[in-house]
Amino acid sequence: MSILIDKDTRVIVQGLGRDGSFHAAQMLEYGTNVVGGVHPGRGGETESGFPVFNDCRAAVESTGADCSVLFVPAGFAADAIMEAADAGIGLVVAISEGIPVLDMTRVTEVLQRKGTRLVGPNCPGLISPGRCKVGIMPGAIFEEGRIGVVSRSGTLTYQVVRHVTDSDLGQSTAVGMGGDPVTGLGFIDYLELFEKDDQTEAVVLVGEIGGTAEERAAEFVKASMSKPVVSFIVGRTAPPGKRMGHAGAIISGGSGTAEAKVAALTENDVPVADTTEQIVQLLQDELGGR
Amino acid sequence: MKLEEFQAKKLFSRSGIPIPEGSMVTTAEEARETAGKIGCPVVVKAQVQTGGRGKAGGVKLAQSPEEAQQRASEILGMDIKGHKVKRLLVDPAVDIRGELYAGITVDRNKKAPVMMVSPAGGVDIEEVARTTPEKITFQRIDPLMGLQLFEAKRLAFGLFDEKKKALATAGILTRLWSCFRDCDASLAEINPLAELADGGIIALDAKIVLDDNAMYRHPDLKEMRLPTPDEEKELLAKSKGLSYVQLEGEIGCMVNGAGLAMATMDLIKHLGGRPANFLDIGGSSNPQKVIDAMELLVSDPNVRVIFINVFGGITRCDDVANGLVEALGQLELDLPLVVRLTGTNEDQGREILANAGITAVTDMTEGASKALELASAGGGERA
Repeated sequence: MSILIDKDTRVIVQGLGRDGSFHAAQMLEYGTNVVGGVHPGRGGETESGFPVFNDCRAAVESTGADCSVLFVPAGFAADAIMEAADAGIGLVVAISEGIPVLDMTRVTEVLQRKGTRLVGPNCPGLISPGRCKVGIMPGAIFEEGRIGVVSRSGTLTYQVVRHVTDSDLGQSTAVGMGGDPVTGLGFIDYLELFEKDDQTEAVVLVGEIGGTAEERAAEFVKASMSKPVVSFIVGRTAPPGKRMGHAGAIISGGSGTAEAKVAALTENDVPVADTTEQIVQLLQDELGGR
Repeated sequence: MKLEEFQAKKLFSRSGIPIPEGSMVTTAEEARETAGKIGCPVVVKAQVQTGGRGKAGGVKLAQSPEEAQQRASEILGMDIKGHKVKRLLVDPAVDIRGELYAGITVDRNKKAPVMMVSPAGGVDIEEVARTTPEKITFQRIDPLMGLQLFEAKRLAFGLFDEKKKALATAGILTRLWSCFRDCDASLAEINPLAELADGGIIALDAKIVLDDNAMYRHPDLKEMRLPTPDEEKELLAKSKGLSYVQLEGEIGCMVNGAGLAMATMDLIKHLGGRPANFLDIGGSSNPQKVIDAMELLVSDPNVRVIFINVFGGITRCDDVANGLVEALGQLELDLPLVVRLTGTNEDQGREILANAGITAVTDMTEGASKALELASAGGGERA
């Protein structure tokens, strides 16, 4: 199996602008079961072979979708996430970047009440190689396999995945949780899912400066995980107080540093790679020739 | 986006939080006039976007308008942690009996705003959190309901037994929340929240950091930005769709994606070199963006070599290569260049570069090592 998505996942695409349309086609090509799209004012049309609806509720009623992927501009994205939750979608993947953080605090509160899970925002999405891709990552660099990958980044995830693929270990599911201060699911949620997933034998956790999610994940690994977890942390060279691209990647008041994260991971017996190449070596060490 | 004290106080005042009725000035002359107008003694305060200005000598008491002028001329132009003082706030001095703390920030773990109050104000709250964490009380704010009056009252009565002072404080806490919410702040802080000799409660200092992502819906606040020299370059980059932070090394980096950009900087340091910058060009292969990014790197006199690290995802490598060739055709680059290009359509991408006389590598470490070699050999050392 995999986590969160598999070949039976029924996906709708919210926001069929330039990016949304392009990636809807890419996802279809990968084999994802894209069953519909939502774009206000385009209800009744067909795109790439799937029907388009004006709103989420109509889309879900007609297609039985259980997952939505969002390409809605930042100013409307928070509303679109809540619309998906209201329509009964169980998993929302928000690619959109630049959503105000207070909007996200409201959204996560609403989603918790609805029981909807959120990946992102400001993320590349997730992929269970060979079965389903819900996001914008290049499918070709992934390969079905044994490693779960969870990361706060996009292209860095690709870099890490490339090594894992080249080593023939492959991925069960790879997910970018998003680079914002407030995201839906966090490291611990994904680690819990990977721990329960039969296909996953080990996990790579890719963290970065800002917040204390990696520190808390490290404690979780030690306390609650039987599967090996290895890690990689970026931002060792980042100056304090500067936002490094991602809204969440900022060292403030001495907290959120790479050093603190590396220390916490090491303390909790989670090996930390110095370079992306080293990640594979650490995985092989942990798996011990299995 | 950080605001200076005088701006934050303006927003506080707009929300009904009591503040000293002072004025912002930019010359010593104006400081004297203002001191004369509001009545001495006054406090002359450097306006900089950093903490610790009191210790640095950026806050001075003045007993007369002449002294205010004297103090102002001493503080103006002062360098406080790399921030040059251009503006001063002249506030009436008040008679203080106690210094407390109140602040709101977004707690990433709780995924909600959190209010913090403490009787230990007037010092760095992070220091209080480290040494005497029991002195800070936290209140999670429900993102949908906002701070409730009973919550504010509970916090306030934890600070004051006296009803009048507690209720005044509760009012300030409620207004601080309104201010935070209405401005889309990511931090709003009153430190110190002062208890005055006459029993009044007042915000003596003000700190607000606004959420950059929300500024599209606050044009009035967006205009308040007072960029530091570093930030001017960052803002220029941002206006061109680039995310840039200047550092002090000699290897200029151009990368697609924030995480990979940080990983690139870390790798350079790991190999013994020094990155000159963080630069994320995002997911576009638009030649103009590559040209803009190149210009930005070249404008840094410390840069001796440029390392381009692109992992083509949905952005295809052949598109990136075409953009790069076009960019190089328009620029007279006097620096050595190392390109690492991999991902979707990488073979076509490398062929396009090869035809233009540029060798690209596929491995990130190989690319970074090569850049290091060139840099230590002097690279494009410039006068």
